[in-house]
Amino acid sequence: MNALELRNVTKRFGEKVIANDHVSLTVRRGEILAVLGENGSGKTTLMNMIAGIYHPDEGDIFVNGQPVTISSPRDAFRCGIGMVHQHFKLVDVFTATENIVLGVEDGKPYRLKEATRRVEEISARYGFEIDAKKKIYAMSVSEKQTVEIVKVLYRGAEILILDEPTAVLTPQETEKLFAVLRRMREDGKSIIIITHKLNEVLSLSDRVTVLHKGKNAGTVNTAETNEAQLTEMMVGQKVVLNIERKTPEDPTDRLIVREVSCLSRDGVQLLDRVTFTARAGEILGIAGIAGSGQRELLEAIAGLQPVTEGQILYEDPKSGETENLRDKTPLQIRELGVRLSFVPEDRLGMGLVSNMDIIDNMMLRSYRRGRSAFLDRQPPRELAERIIEDLGVVTPNATTPVRRLSGGNVQKVLVGREIASAPTVLMAAYPVRGLDINSSYLIYHLLNQQKEKGVAVIYVGEDLDVLLALCDRVIVLSGGRVTGTVDGRTATKEEVGLLMTKTEREGESHVKAE
Amino acid sequence: MSKQNKPQAAARPAREPFLYVTRRDQIPLGRAILIRVIAILLALIVCSVVTRVLTGDDPLSIYATIFHGAFGTGRMLVTLHDIAILLCISLAVTPAFRMRFWNTGAEGQVLIGCLSTAVCMLVLGGKVPDGLLILIMAVSAILSGVIWGVIPAFFKAHWNTNETLFTLMMNYVAIQLVEYFLKVADKTGSNVVGPDLLTHGWFPEIFGVKYLLNILIVAIVCIAMHIYLRYSKHGYEIAVVGESENTAHYIGIDVKKVIIRTMALSGAICGLAGLLLVGGSSHSIDSNLVDGRGFTAIMVSWLAKFDPFTMILTTLLLVFLARGADEVTSKFGLNSDFSEILTGIILFFIIGCEFFINYQVHFNHHKKEKAAPAAVSGEGN
Repeated sequence: MNALELRNVTKRFGEKVIANDHVSLTVRRGEILAVLGENGSGKTTLMNMIAGIYHPDEGDIFVNGQPVTISSPRDAFRCGIGMVHQHFKLVDVFTATENIVLGVEDGKPYRLKEATRRVEEISARYGFEIDAKKKIYAMSVSEKQTVEIVKVLYRGAEILILDEPTAVLTPQETEKLFAVLRRMREDGKSIIIITHKLNEVLSLSDRVTVLHKGKNAGTVNTAETNEAQLTEMMVGQKVVLNIERKTPEDPTDRLIVREVSCLSRDGVQLLDRVTFTARAGEILGIAGIAGSGQRELLEAIAGLQPVTEGQILYEDPKSGETENLRDKTPLQIRELGVRLSFVPEDRLGMGLVSNMDIIDNMMLRSYRRGRSAFLDRQPPRELAERIIEDLGVVTPNATTPVRRLSGGNVQKVLVGREIASAPTVLMAAYPVRGLDINSSYLIYHLLNQQKEKGVAVIYVGEDLDVLLALCDRVIVLSGGRVTGTVDGRTATKEEVGLLMTKTEREGESHVKAE
Repeated sequence: MSKQNKPQAAARPAREPFLYVTRRDQIPLGRAILIRVIAILLALIVCSVVTRVLTGDDPLSIYATIFHGAFGTGRMLVTLHDIAILLCISLAVTPAFRMRFWNTGAEGQVLIGCLSTAVCMLVLGGKVPDGLLILIMAVSAILSGVIWGVIPAFFKAHWNTNETLFTLMMNYVAIQLVEYFLKVADKTGSNVVGPDLLTHGWFPEIFGVKYLLNILIVAIVCIAMHIYLRYSKHGYEIAVVGESENTAHYIGIDVKKVIIRTMALSGAICGLAGLLLVGGSSHSIDSNLVDGRGFTAIMVSWLAKFDPFTMILTTLLLVFLARGADEVTSKFGLNSDFSEILTGIILFFIIGCEFFINYQVHFNHHKKEKAAPAAVSGEGN
């Protein structure tokens, strides 16, 4: 019997966005089902509906063959479903046990000793290594994850959903987790695991369901499939896009990133000896699963992310000199005469100030100009009006706070400002995320214009069709490493998709194979 | 919602809450004013009921007394001066607040300014010409305010310490320093050093009007602060840092520098307020001279949404209430706590109505009979 079955589940956000489009899937008792898909393919939304965070607009959910309505995480637990989210939801100053029993309403009096005993019992049964009395703030990421999993088991979950559990783990910790999951499977639990990593899918799961653009692209038995087939299902059919791409004229090296590494505050390697060159008059694409180091890479170049090793060299087209931008602040980079523009992923949290109006946002880049202690709002006002006119920004006027604009218009304001400073390097992170078709094409057009002007454009994207239609070259990041460089004109989506899930650095795979 | 018949063991249908709250994007000015007027009227009604029940006095005559207490003959100037001092301290905390730096140490920053002024008056009084003395007083008051403001800012900028706690604790240091000064300066053991000792360095009366110089200085500070926040590059940087530190880093603003610089300014104006208090009006010092105005200023600044000109109105309101309440206490022979109850009720309504300006409350209509009592209590806070 199926432990869980979804039939034609649909979830829409607003009028246009369909996150899940009539998705059906089944999970059997005592199996591990992997759910695979690109960013934005609707995996997390689907799982959130099972876990009671969202409610489906259409479709039915069956648990043990019975139809159920799940409208809160509490309902989900009542059905024996528990989810371990990517971002842990734990109280730092509580112990493991206190976190685990928090919110449990079983009608019994609260006895910490009894609870600790049960926590230890569960841990022993599945082989978790957990100190029930340790406080959360003293724990490593992997220990915290263990607490989250035990929390779900403590509530009696028979169906566990894990959202990218290995993203935060080291390879050794991943192996331990998998051993625990296998033991849980033997115990008759059903496990749904969301992941991007093909090798993990192949080594752990019994079956794989692949989602593509919100639809179920097929379910296969793990034993009967391979990486190539899964990649093909994941990236989908090639979509022909009508983006004009001119051959770069005489590209020269503009930005040379050499062996750059950086660490997170917890000591996790975010970038691992990344090397590439961005050329003037070219669009360089950066592909990769979300969180593979794209943001850190761009921020390292922009002077926002400390670099532990390597060099970031800028070839000045005017003076012909080479400057090392490493360890320089954004202001120092500007003072060197490097015209580096950056459209960050977080538009309203970093690129713009959401409560300020369009004029004051224009001024962010230019307000320092002149020696006066006072602001001159005239040039930014003119710039704001020009951008509104040229890019067709829909807004009542230039004094509207940008938070009141729609996503596409926010992006036009941001890209417009970054282009207005006549950059020599333009970096754009996910510039068309959440934009409609017309706005997206406008952004592609603007990037192409910059390329023709001889700007070195770096485009971080998630849609492989766009990356391959827009960019001249594409580098692929995976786990903070460059796993490959391909030609945008000749490479296929499958090729890029495989590189995205690889773990070896470019060039090293051959060595290992021998 | 659910088309299926549900098994008992599984889930129950979703329970819709009978009221929910959404954030308003923008509210028409007229509506915002209407909400505030309703809040004040409700406050007055509640005050009347409370007065009637607790004291049996006529609420209307109490309101008349409040008004007389603040604006009656001969009181106008004192009221104006109270407004000026509170406004000055409120202006001081405002740049820091705009930067989301929660300076709760204005009390201490003003007091340390008072102390520096008093020390100058005591030590140099009679030894240097009065004009020079006032200049020295000003410099030392402002400088000590700056030091009191910059210490927590420095720690915040470099080690991200909690500024609210840090500035709060600095208040107690200032109070203890003043206590020490009182012991040293006045051997008689009284806990105030008064005009008999601080004989020099008094601000001159201009046009023969007491306190006018103080009021003029604060008026100038108010206009200057408006211009600084709105039209200067520093003011712009403060706004960016306050709105989004990420954006500030992204465009290359030195956030540490801005934090320290802004707190220096905040402390400087607090020090100035201390100077005005001691040199310009009281000519005495005790550890309670600031009298909680460093904290009231926080409320003034917030109520005015950190806008210097709106702050004139909010200071007016608070001073009016405080002085009126004092008058009520003495005239009706009531306990001073009673007037504070009235002030508290009025402030509760005024601050509470901001909720209805920022948020909209919706009711689920199919449960009207349940929503109705909630609506009444909802308006009340």
